[in-house]
Amino acid sequence: MEALLSLIHGFGVLADPMNIFYMFLGIFLGVLIGVLPGLGGANGVAILLPLTFSMSPTSAIIMLSSIYWGALFGGAITSVLFNIPGEPWSVATTFDGYPMAQKGRAGEALTAAFTGSFFGAFIATIVLTFLAPVIARFALQFGPAEFFAVYLLTFCSFVGMGKESPFKTIAAMMLGFALAAVGIDTVTGQLRMTFGSTELLRGFDFLIAVIGLFGVGEILLTMEEGLAFRGSTARINAKVVLHTWAQLPRYWASALRGSVVGCWMGITPGGATPASFMSYGLAKRFSKNGPKFGTGEVEGVLAPETAAHAAGTSALLPMLTLGIPGSPTAAVMLGGLLIWGLQPGPLLFVEQKDFVWGLIASIYLGNIAGLIVVLTTVPLFASILRIPFSIIAPIILVVCAVGAYTVHNALLDISVMLLFGVIGYVFKKLNYPLAPLVLALVLGDMAESSFRQAMLLSNGSLSIFVSNFLVGSIVALALLMLFWPLISLLLARAKATRPPDGHMVQAE
Amino acid sequence: MAQPADRSEHTVSTKTIELVVAFLFMALAVLIMYDNWRIGATWAADGPEAGYFPFRIGAIMFLASAVTFGINLMGRGVDENFVDRSQFKQVLQVLVPTAIFVAAIGLIGIYLAAGLFIGLFMWWLGKYPIYKIAPVAIAIPVILFFMFEVWFLVPLPKGPIEQALGY
Amino acid sequence: MKQQGLSITRRLALAGGAALAFLAGPALAQWQPTRTVEFIIPAGTGGGADQMARMIQGIVQKHNLMPQPLVVINKAGGAGAEGFLDVKGSNRNPHKIIITLSNLFTTPLATGVPFKWEDMTPVAMLALDEFILWVNASSPYKTAKEYIEAAKAGGKKMGGTGSKQEDQIITAAIEQATGVKFTYVPYKGGGDVAAQLVGGHVDSSVNNPIEAVSQWRAGALRPLCVFDSKRIDLKDKVTDTMSWNDIPTCKEQGLDIEYLMLRGIFMPPGVTQEQVNYYVDLFKKVRETPEWKDFMEKGAFNTTFMSGDEFKNWLKGAADTHQKLMEKAGFLAKS
Repeated sequence: MEALLSLIHGFGVLADPMNIFYMFLGIFLGVLIGVLPGLGGANGVAILLPLTFSMSPTSAIIMLSSIYWGALFGGAITSVLFNIPGEPWSVATTFDGYPMAQKGRAGEALTAAFTGSFFGAFIATIVLTFLAPVIARFALQFGPAEFFAVYLLTFCSFVGMGKESPFKTIAAMMLGFALAAVGIDTVTGQLRMTFGSTELLRGFDFLIAVIGLFGVGEILLTMEEGLAFRGSTARINAKVVLHTWAQLPRYWASALRGSVVGCWMGITPGGATPASFMSYGLAKRFSKNGPKFGTGEVEGVLAPETAAHAAGTSALLPMLTLGIPGSPTAAVMLGGLLIWGLQPGPLLFVEQKDFVWGLIASIYLGNIAGLIVVLTTVPLFASILRIPFSIIAPIILVVCAVGAYTVHNALLDISVMLLFGVIGYVFKKLNYPLAPLVLALVLGDMAESSFRQAMLLSNGSLSIFVSNFLVGSIVALALLMLFWPLISLLLARAKATRPPDGHMVQAE
Repeated sequence: MAQPADRSEHTVSTKTIELVVAFLFMALAVLIMYDNWRIGATWAADGPEAGYFPFRIGAIMFLASAVTFGINLMGRGVDENFVDRSQFKQVLQVLVPTAIFVAAIGLIGIYLAAGLFIGLFMWWLGKYPIYKIAPVAIAIPVILFFMFEVWFLVPLPKGPIEQALGY
Repeated sequence: MKQQGLSITRRLALAGGAALAFLAGPALAQWQPTRTVEFIIPAGTGGGADQMARMIQGIVQKHNLMPQPLVVINKAGGAGAEGFLDVKGSNRNPHKIIITLSNLFTTPLATGVPFKWEDMTPVAMLALDEFILWVNASSPYKTAKEYIEAAKAGGKKMGGTGSKQEDQIITAAIEQATGVKFTYVPYKGGGDVAAQLVGGHVDSSVNNPIEAVSQWRAGALRPLCVFDSKRIDLKDKVTDTMSWNDIPTCKEQGLDIEYLMLRGIFMPPGVTQEQVNYYVDLFKKVRETPEWKDFMEKGAFNTTFMSGDEFKNWLKGAADTHQKLMEKAGFLAKS
């Protein structure tokens, strides 16, 4: 097979020891960037981009993509340990990762997260290797209507969870939408809800809200219960990795589903963040353990991480073949390609074989290297929880402040973060769910603008959402997800006549 | 959780906070609706205007919170202590220093503020001796400094001391 | 890290004063940055301005053109207003520069946020970005004339970046010049627009060359005309049959519209002439590097360089043009 030969050629390009060195350096920097909230993968790559000018393009992209893998791996660490997502796509990881850490199972949660990440990336890379040209064309099918359908599907597969008051859930979700709408409206260029303040021009960044709501809010809650993290009793055992691995194969369905969702969202390009939410929501719906999600289920860590990493990896495909970035980080790398004199686009695979296959080979190796690096650090990170609260708490707060600042280089954002911390604390105490708020904040803007773009294209007619097979089937799927609780109820009723069916999973 | 019998722990009831939060939601919703009505919230010939969705978001938020408000007002809410006095004190022990820390960042820069914050926190809440506090309180800002200013070239807020040193 | 070490040495040298002055020669007599210089981008990561700024940062670093580090900061809020307001508010700070795109003119007009180019100190024009009218290669239109004729029947969709910014201004200008009516669909970035055009979701775009060149070379897009007074001066073949120079100007096609986007550098108000001169020199050096020249050619930029009064006059003209275009199109902020 031609792709296989090219891949072998790619590994040959990689064999240069300098490239291997850059790969490990990149992974290390990436993990660091992933751990620090605010300093996201896009920032990290952008910051280090100029440093790579003196390298060959192949070495440079290997290092930059390794930073990216590292950041994807590293984002999970703070989510699990402190309930602070280092990256937007790690938010869903906190839902079960943090409860696991509180139960003293941080090591297991981290192992599951890293392994899931690796699995997702691996599947995505195989897709990238063998199906690149075919799938690139599929991405072109996606216009505004299709994008809106995808966001709708993300919402529908995620909402309806939790035991909280539905009115509180709605209020929290609307708050998320409202915050997402602050700032400039992309469709008309009009300012919305800025009330003449220049500070509000930049809107409310998702990361700042999340650092406050989850991270700072959690510290306040912890304080209330005394000066200790509940996970401090964690037994740290080097065998935790092997122990966790032994139970992972059980969750193959969630991992596979996560990979498929991730690949799809990376390619279209919806991005890693919606992918992780969607995968979590689907796993909750279809897993036997679903009802226990949110209380510390391994599967609830595995599902979002697999999807996030699969999406992050497959986002490179539209970037390389079409020149459209599947994620902010890919956008920066795209800039890098142009600067090195490479022209991303359909001809890249033909004209720059060394580069493309070197890169693909480096994804395989980079992820293996990344997995080794992060797994060896599991006991180290898990033991952070043993540091007394009165030492680690101020350090976390300082890191949160730094993170909030670096998102926009704005002082006020640190105060906003603290305000969100208080809101997070009060909401937690009053049982206002935070997840719908966060999901609305991250997707609201994108969903609204693609909806309105679609309306412009159709002259204001809603029929555009059923105008072709692709968009129609995604919308149908979304509605199916929305009414799934009802449907599963009916299915349960019909159970007497038919054995329980798990075929919905394959239908994805 | 709350011990209703213990009067000394009494602060405010969860019901009061529920009402306050629901009211704030409603007030915010009104603000949202007002501003978006101003910029146009109707369905124009070429699809929704800029304020179309936010206006409806505000409306839904108002209705949902009004229900929450009503439920609590009618006494169907939980009538227990929102937070015990001792617990509240502990929360304030973190919240107040953090607020001061955040305010101080603007004046003396993040590095010095972070060092002082970590040091005072450890001294006040952890009751650590100076020789344990000093290394942590100095090392963290220094690590941050090298990582951000020097390594990643990300400028963080700096105060007069860093200015004097030429940064 | 390397360059940090360098800056420390430099600082020592400055502290050493006259004793070391002869080592650095006459350069020390002039103003030089004494602290890290912040390079503001009033746009998000990954866009055209961002790419150019990071390119400059890399060139400055690689060729050691500055004694202090140059750090790039994105301040994209409010269609770039955040970045411009920051520079406007940094009175007399010579350690801050900003790269502009057309939002220098369009954002204050469209949003009413209070700033204008006179609030800052103009340093230099680095280049001008061209705009080209593109259609999908599978569409029947071979010339701009044919396309406009077809568009007169109505219902043609124009994709572009952002709202009430350069792409929509050009669209409005075409509408005013020809009487056709487009449905303008705003997207987040130029790459998205090009991909949407390839996918057939819109009928045309006015992408910058660099955003669409790869799709052109792959035979997915077709350039109809360039919105400049003369053809692009690059005669090397880009596709099998065409060079940039083979694309006619829109004027040749009977569509008398010219629009170029400024890629220029500004400083905060109140800085001294000496400080401005330093940066003018710096960017002259940047322009001489092979990396920059290569970048200009790849993106088919118009490489006009201006500084001083010449630049100010150009800015005055451009500000006027934008005011008129946007007023006519009804894009001004309602106050």
